[in-house]
Amino acid sequence: MKLPIFLDNHSTTPMDPRVLEAMLPYFVEKFGNAASRNHAFGWAAEEAVENARKQIAKLIKADSKEIVFTSGATESDNLAIKGVLEMYKEKGTHIITSSTEHRAVLDTAKSLEAKGLATVTYLPVDKRGMVNPDDVRNAITDKTILISVMLANNEIGTINPVQEIGKIAKEKGILFHCDATQGVGKIPVDVQAMGIDLMSFSAHKIYGPKGVGALYVRKKNPRVRISAQMDGGGHERGMRSGTLPVPLIVGFGKACEICDQEMAKESIRLAAMRDRLEAGIMAALEESYLNGHPTNRLPGNLNISFAYVEGESLLMGMKDIALSSGSACTSATLEPSYVLRALGVGVELAHSSIRFGLGRFNTDEEIDYTITKVIEVVTKLREMSPLYEMAKEGVDLKSVQWAAH
Amino acid sequence: MAYSDKVVDHFNNPRNMGSFKKDEDGVGTGMVGAPECGDVMKLQIKVQNDTIVDAKFKTFGCGSAIASSSLATEWLKGKTIEEAQKIKNTDIVQELNLPPVKIHCSVLAEDAIKAALADYQKKADGQPADAK
Repeated sequence: MKLPIFLDNHSTTPMDPRVLEAMLPYFVEKFGNAASRNHAFGWAAEEAVENARKQIAKLIKADSKEIVFTSGATESDNLAIKGVLEMYKEKGTHIITSSTEHRAVLDTAKSLEAKGLATVTYLPVDKRGMVNPDDVRNAITDKTILISVMLANNEIGTINPVQEIGKIAKEKGILFHCDATQGVGKIPVDVQAMGIDLMSFSAHKIYGPKGVGALYVRKKNPRVRISAQMDGGGHERGMRSGTLPVPLIVGFGKACEICDQEMAKESIRLAAMRDRLEAGIMAALEESYLNGHPTNRLPGNLNISFAYVEGESLLMGMKDIALSSGSACTSATLEPSYVLRALGVGVELAHSSIRFGLGRFNTDEEIDYTITKVIEVVTKLREMSPLYEMAKEGVDLKSVQWAAH
Repeated sequence: MAYSDKVVDHFNNPRNMGSFKKDEDGVGTGMVGAPECGDVMKLQIKVQNDTIVDAKFKTFGCGSAIASSSLATEWLKGKTIEEAQKIKNTDIVQELNLPPVKIHCSVLAEDAIKAALADYQKKADGQPADAK
């Protein structure tokens, strides 16, 4: 077993060697511009792009003409929300989203709000992190033009009832955008069945290259139109100008093809490893709390708060395992995870959270090592924690007057 | 964020981690911070003849907070009360190479030292020890 172990597969994933192999010819030999219509170099590039478009569309049950390439999911989210607002602002400027969205959605919404271009409703989630479709229905006004709710959350892995939300959107004639960055390639996605009109996702979360993503834009029932946010040569049917990064797109296509073929088996393997990790930790460490939904979540996700120890110190103690924490000390803002806060997790437990993200290349051996290491480090840090000492002495930590600083 | 070697060393090998009994003679206890802020430090000193003969800490917080309190106990040992009063957070920042986002950890450690000294003083002056 090689150290360090990568258990942060929600942040990014290593590229699958099969993806790299598919990409390689498109750097030096087949380097053409896919928009060059008059020579063989361009034709080869265009063919590769169109093939990738098909592979990507197949994974999400879309038509290849509905795939718009972008630089990644952040750009896709921006393009979807800003593009819809700009195109349909005569109909209304109200947007509905949820409080646990990725910041690419939340900050886009906030920026539109701040500029006075839109009004936004941020729906709460339940204590397991799910949006209630009834809340979506109740938030709709005659000015609502867009609902943007994520498929699966990047911190807690909770999967939203997207199909029900899509149904409501359709019923009310409102467009539905779904940030599916964490879900595509991990769980089955069907834009038809789910009633999705626009969907963001990216390659590097599914063992493809960084720097490329896509926005699915529905072509019929209804035909969705968006205003371009990048002007130029009119690529991607005018929705996103800029020369297509052919090697990245080829890699994205291959990554989708592999997911399509292997997802069913892979998700079972990942869920089994995740469940073993969870059981191994929970059995040994009292006052460890699962964040998110116990069953309805991504197969590779596990998010636990370890009472009385702070998240960053946990990461430091487990430096040969790459993990992520909702602790403020690991974020630039010095605020603990807004996702966990939205679930109603107390600030102190939000500071104590660790996210485990399992992926295609993790092994049982790595999981065993992680279980042992987590138990060792949490135990050591609890010995060092004045809070744990007080709790053991029977002090109710909530009743203490803290000298906050 | 990369940690300085000294922070890593204190984190891996904390000096003087543990507790004294709060009501023990000559013991001063300082507890600062709050769980909601993500760090709580408990720093204790044991004083004989105006000199700090021993010090202990327990900290809930990030690696830099743990290192700051561990270093504080190291520095406190052997100092007189008056000398201990002079330890500044900036000394801790310098010794541990703390980056700007971690300066609050050193401030907390200085506060903990001051609180422990004040608690000791209060007990020495014959007032009942503060239960906190």
